[in-house]
Amino acid sequence: MAKGVAITGMGIISAIGNSVEENFYSLIENKIGISRISNISTVHADVIKVGEIKKTNDELISELKLNDDNNFSRTAMIGTLAAKQAVENAGITNINEFRTGLISATSVGGMDMTEKHYYDYFEKPELVKYITCHDGGDVADKIAEELGLKGMVSTISTACSSAANSIMLGARLIKTGKLDRVIVGGADALSKFTINGFKTLMILSDDYNKPFDNNRKGLNLGEAAAFLVLESDEIVTKQNKKVLARVSGYGNANDAYHQTASSENGDGAYLAMKKAFQVSGLKPSEIDYINVHGTATPNNDLSEGRALRRIYEDEKVPDFSSTKPFTGHTLAAAAAIEAVYSVLAIQNNMVYPNLNFETQMEEFDLTPQTTLKNKNIEHVLSNSFGFGGNCSTLIFSKS
Amino acid sequence: MKKTYINGVGCISTQKTFDTVFLEEAVVNHNENVLAIVSPAYKDYISPAASRRMAKGVKNGIVASALAMKDANVESVDAIITGTGLGCIEDSEKFLKSILDNKEEFLTPTSFIQSTHNTVGAQIALLQQCKGYNFTYVNGAVSFESALLDAKMQIEEDEANSILVGGVDENGDYTTALFKLNGRIKKDNSAPYDVLTSTTSGAVYGEGASFFVLENERKENTYAELLDIAIVNTLEVNEVETEIKSFLKSNNLEILDVDALILGFDGNASFENYYKNLAENSFSKTPVLYYKHLSGEYDTASAFAFWMASKILKTQEIPEIIKVNSVTKPVYKTILLYNQLNGKNHSFTLLSK
Repeated sequence: MAKGVAITGMGIISAIGNSVEENFYSLIENKIGISRISNISTVHADVIKVGEIKKTNDELISELKLNDDNNFSRTAMIGTLAAKQAVENAGITNINEFRTGLISATSVGGMDMTEKHYYDYFEKPELVKYITCHDGGDVADKIAEELGLKGMVSTISTACSSAANSIMLGARLIKTGKLDRVIVGGADALSKFTINGFKTLMILSDDYNKPFDNNRKGLNLGEAAAFLVLESDEIVTKQNKKVLARVSGYGNANDAYHQTASSENGDGAYLAMKKAFQVSGLKPSEIDYINVHGTATPNNDLSEGRALRRIYEDEKVPDFSSTKPFTGHTLAAAAAIEAVYSVLAIQNNMVYPNLNFETQMEEFDLTPQTTLKNKNIEHVLSNSFGFGGNCSTLIFSKS
Repeated sequence: MKKTYINGVGCISTQKTFDTVFLEEAVVNHNENVLAIVSPAYKDYISPAASRRMAKGVKNGIVASALAMKDANVESVDAIITGTGLGCIEDSEKFLKSILDNKEEFLTPTSFIQSTHNTVGAQIALLQQCKGYNFTYVNGAVSFESALLDAKMQIEEDEANSILVGGVDENGDYTTALFKLNGRIKKDNSAPYDVLTSTTSGAVYGEGASFFVLENERKENTYAELLDIAIVNTLEVNEVETEIKSFLKSNNLEILDVDALILGFDGNASFENYYKNLAENSFSKTPVLYYKHLSGEYDTASAFAFWMASKILKTQEIPEIIKVNSVTKPVYKTILLYNQLNGKNHSFTLLSK
């Protein structure tokens, strides 16, 4: 790929802020978003810590000016907020002016509404409107409607790598000339379903998550939404648009090892990174910062670390950090928020700290960057891996 | 730019679509508002021990993909791309119910693990040890078409030579009850449930798994060439014809070149005009076909239509049971598929002999 696909707008809402600016400020000021859960009533409330967006559904409804008869799930609301920000940031005033698409990502769709009303639907007719929220495409359909976008809309669900794949697909749709402009990203709100699912897998930490630490105990779940606007070079030139950064590489592979566990040598992760380097034409040594998946589960960090070692062989692994101690693991949205963080790293020439790290893992000689570091950043590699062996790598480059 | 060929098909549906030629044993339903699949002999494809743990959709996906690969005479593929509306909904129901019933205590992970939408694609990859590209699309009625479009891009761009692409959905009891409540499924006890003459809203629901091997070369066993796919989120009834014309034009075709039009008629009277308008006007001189009276309606039912179109182009025969009008053509070269749901998620798929 010559110079990659242009990113011209970004929007985000997460536990560490309701805008791109707020998120960046939190990242450089070590303001973490991990806390006790307040929006969902769960028996695990005193045990787990989460990266929660500190807004209630009612606050989100009024911010979006939704009617009383709306049937937005929380996921759809945070998704719409982030997508609107991205479109505004890209200076788009007429959404259908060019062939414009929307590719979203989700893990459980509008599960937050399904689980809340599941047994009440038959007794309370006023809740029936929420049944359709469960559909994986409901969030994207609602965002499209709110944006007035009529063209291609789709959604990807490959667990925790979902949004990386929506960014990848968007870049390919532009590269092949199928679309001129694609809004890409993902949204996932916290749900009891997910909390309990991860709980049964015993990969939730009762403490603050510590990626790549020898004594890591698991992940903190989070919720977030982020969208980026990708545009063709024709539009960029024609409208003299500011390019924030470019998607210069992408790779997708399947670990084909286990439904929920990563292989010990990180085959899928290794293959995804390798493909991304091939697409970008970059050498591993040209990467200035790696935003690792780094969920802080024993399994992920071991597998990802091994894959990194395999990619870099005898070379030094570049500065790397996981931003999940700030946000928690936001599942299908994770790769989208980390794409925003990657672009911010390029724009501001900064490597974010991998918080909570104390002890190097005994399996390999890899120490994340633990303090904020200023340095020139040309290329950022971002990893995202999910259940089902779905492994994805994105490379972002300075424009 | 490489062309895309359909070289193998596998279909598990509410009809007997395996071990048959082409719908010769099909039966039109009039009495049920929810149809169940005709099960294949799972033990021929999956060990009984593994089968017991697997969700219905996963099993059907595995069998349909195995049938497609056998049909295409390939042992491995470079990529696996799946579309599903609701994923493994039975396991989602099971896990959610145990959370609610047991107040978040005493849970086991099995149904959670199986519930994720990408389980089918992941399990096929795991079985085949396919470490290539693996995507799952979950956007309602365009889930399968998203997978098709992605696969075609992969082949065009030379990123893959052979791809397994499919659409799969399963019925879950509780979700089915919810869909009856919100009108997505037609009311109980209101038979006959006829698709073309229906005056009520909602649809007769179904389930199924259809997989296809797409390759970048024409072979002796090739069914058809996949020419193009278009996905449009929002269209008014009167905008569909214009959309079709421009879609055909970008493929150097016009309406008269279409030898058969397969429409997604599902008996939902509120939105049948999207199809009726085409069948009665611009395509009145074209053979018009339908399928949801056989497959039932579900998010990836259009994959059943894609299977039908492949079969028609290969056999050059159209079974009476799928005809909406009596128009025939001496040769079937080009087939257009159109589907939508509630005026949203429109898809146009074009195949040629």
